Amino acid sequence: MLQEVAQKETGDLVINVGPQHPSTHGVLHLVITLNGETIKKVEPHLGYIHRSIEKMCESLSYRQFIYSTSRMDYLSAHINNHACALAVEKGLQIEIPERAQVIRVLMDELTRLASHQLWWGALAMDVGAITPFFHAFREREVLNDIMEETCGARLTMNYMVPGGVMFDLHPNFQSRVKDFITLFKSKLPEYDELVTGNVIFQNRMKQVGFISAEDAVSYGCTGPTLRGSGVSCDIRKHHPYELYDKLQFTEPLETGGDCWARYLVRMEEMRQSLHIVEQLIDNIPEGEFQAKTKAVLKLPKGEFYSRVETARGELGVYIVSEGGLTPYRIKFRSPGFSNLSALDHMARGQKIGDLVAIMGTLDLVIPDIDR
Amino acid sequence: MNREELQSAITALNADITFEEGGEYLTANIPADACRDIMQALHNLPAFEMDYMFCLTCVDWKTHLTMVYHLESRKHAHAVVIKSKLDRENPEIETLSDIWRTAEFLEREVYDLFGVRFIHHSDLRRLLLTDDWEGYPLRKDYEDPINMIKL
Amino acid sequence: MDVKDNQQHAFPGDVHPTASGGILVSKLDDVINWARSNSLWPLVFGTSCCAIEMMSTASAKYDWSRFGFEVARATPRQADVIIIAGTIVNKMAPVLKRLYDQMADPKYVIAMGACATSGGPFFYNTYSVVKGADHVIPVDVYVAGCPPRPEALLHALITLQAKIKAGDKREKIVIEKFVDSN
Ligand code: SF4
Repeated sequence: MLQEVAQKETGDLVINVGPQHPSTHGVLHLVITLNGETIKKVEPHLGYIHRSIEKMCESLSYRQFIYSTSRMDYLSAHINNHACALAVEKGLQIEIPERAQVIRVLMDELTRLASHQLWWGALAMDVGAITPFFHAFREREVLNDIMEETCGARLTMNYMVPGGVMFDLHPNFQSRVKDFITLFKSKLPEYDELVTGNVIFQNRMKQVGFISAEDAVSYGCTGPTLRGSGVSCDIRKHHPYELYDKLQFTEPLETGGDCWARYLVRMEEMRQSLHIVEQLIDNIPEGEFQAKTKAVLKLPKGEFYSRVETARGELGVYIVSEGGLTPYRIKFRSPGFSNLSALDHMARGQKIGDLVAIMGTLDLVIPDIDR
Repeated sequence: MNREELQSAITALNADITFEEGGEYLTANIPADACRDIMQALHNLPAFEMDYMFCLTCVDWKTHLTMVYHLESRKHAHAVVIKSKLDRENPEIETLSDIWRTAEFLEREVYDLFGVRFIHHSDLRRLLLTDDWEGYPLRKDYEDPINMIKL
Repeated sequence: MDVKDNQQHAFPGDVHPTASGGILVSKLDDVINWARSNSLWPLVFGTSCCAIEMMSTASAKYDWSRFGFEVARATPRQADVIIIAGTIVNKMAPVLKRLYDQMADPKYVIAMGACATSGGPFFYNTYSVVKGADHVIPVDVYVAGCPPRPEALLHALITLQAKIKAGDKREKIVIEKFVDSN
């Protein structure tokens, strides 16, 4: 009713996108105010996949709750598990064996690769090219097979546990990862040829969805979204966990602040992840893959916060413990939530067709936002 | 600034601030009515320059609610946790959404799940749940016999 | 594939050989069901993790177009089958119902994954999850798993085809009910 009045007075048009819309990558509902084709306002409505994970975790033990987090940002399942394991380990004050650290880093980076592959395919599909989607999934399946061999699952791995990882690596792991590196190195130029160099694609990306560095920081953007605006924010560099301080990789930065900058950052991140995997794959130390922990974990009274870099940005796990068997309160600071809050800012003044490109480069995973 | 310097600098802002022992980050308890001034100072003063709010949440302690803010400065690379106690029956605190814009959505989430009202927030509505939802589910005494199957 | 399976996929009816070839005798219902089952158009509908596995099923390695599913539609009005890939929460339930209502008959539903079947990992102590999509719309085939493997989804799709070919279509049930109540 109110919207109708607004419409009559100003000639604005209010349209709904979602919750069932192919380009929202899930169930996001956007109420968009349009003036002609120009976006005046984008208002996200969340909660269409709010699964009350935080409440549920309050009744799960410290070993159990980790599993529900692979369902949050399912494209970075390992990294989510990793963040939770780190928080619990902080509470228990255990050191994990070096082999486990290496395995964790390897898995994290492979996950990041798989996530970026999917993002790349989905972004290209969003802006109208359907073939890259199949290319991306072809290579992603190789990674999925590697994961499946070691972790037993293709998507929701639940592989990292407090104290290390759940099982040892599969004997084939090293050789298959090496095969994958060779394969993917030959495919990356193909990706560039197919999409990056495409003039139509570039025109859809450049000068679209601009956000300045100050605004991005104020909105709490992290990950490639913020790096696209030229702010260094990689948790792996600033607050290194596991082995990241000993590894060589660079944090790609672009200063454009537009979709194109975010695109380039992610493409470069894939190369960096490959580089990290290459450094480690021949140097997996022998030894235990799990530290000795008690069967029933009890965290001391206190608060524990862990931060990791997922494929989308900074994930924080905040555990408040009362000394019991279950967390008293748990909060997941999800990267997508903050990145999404900047969507309105980025989209204002753009054409409605560009909204899809903006959302594509934010790489939203809705269950991660809603939790 | 390191932890001690940060602690003394924050103490200088307001006499009522108390600090918690231990913990990974420096944790300060501030009175709710002074929250906005202190936060403004933490954001604006060049000595702090806490430009990045990486977490905003609330904890229900059954007797009271506690707002928890995690702040970080990208320039000085120091971080601080600010806590503020709220009355459970009538929780109210000034909004910070004009200082850190990320707070706008995070505060809506806290309003939705804990029922904390943020004064002067431009658009305080439920974010995740439907508008006609009753109660605040992340509170400890929340009961929902229809939807919740207790284990 | 054994002979029986082969027959299932073959065109329905019996061939009576004649001097110049043969005559096929079949029932129109069977032919319609056969046609329907081999060109099911799914709706692009995924709420969470299972959607990724659904995308895997659609893409190069598993390729559900081998069974006639490749025409994924973004609008329910052009779709025949809705694959509920992911959790359904209270806020989403009316939307799902509406999507289902918008689909043209005949329509079929596959509940993919533990969440769509029963609430899955979010069964206990959650305040917002619908404990199974069949509380909202009727489901034809359930797939177990969290997430189900693409092979499992393919199996579900083939099962649905078999179900359609067998003539267990939902209109029949609806019509019988309608006749009863009149
Ligand atoms: S069944 Fe498992 S994988 Fe599928 S939507 Fe539910 S939690 Fe996600």
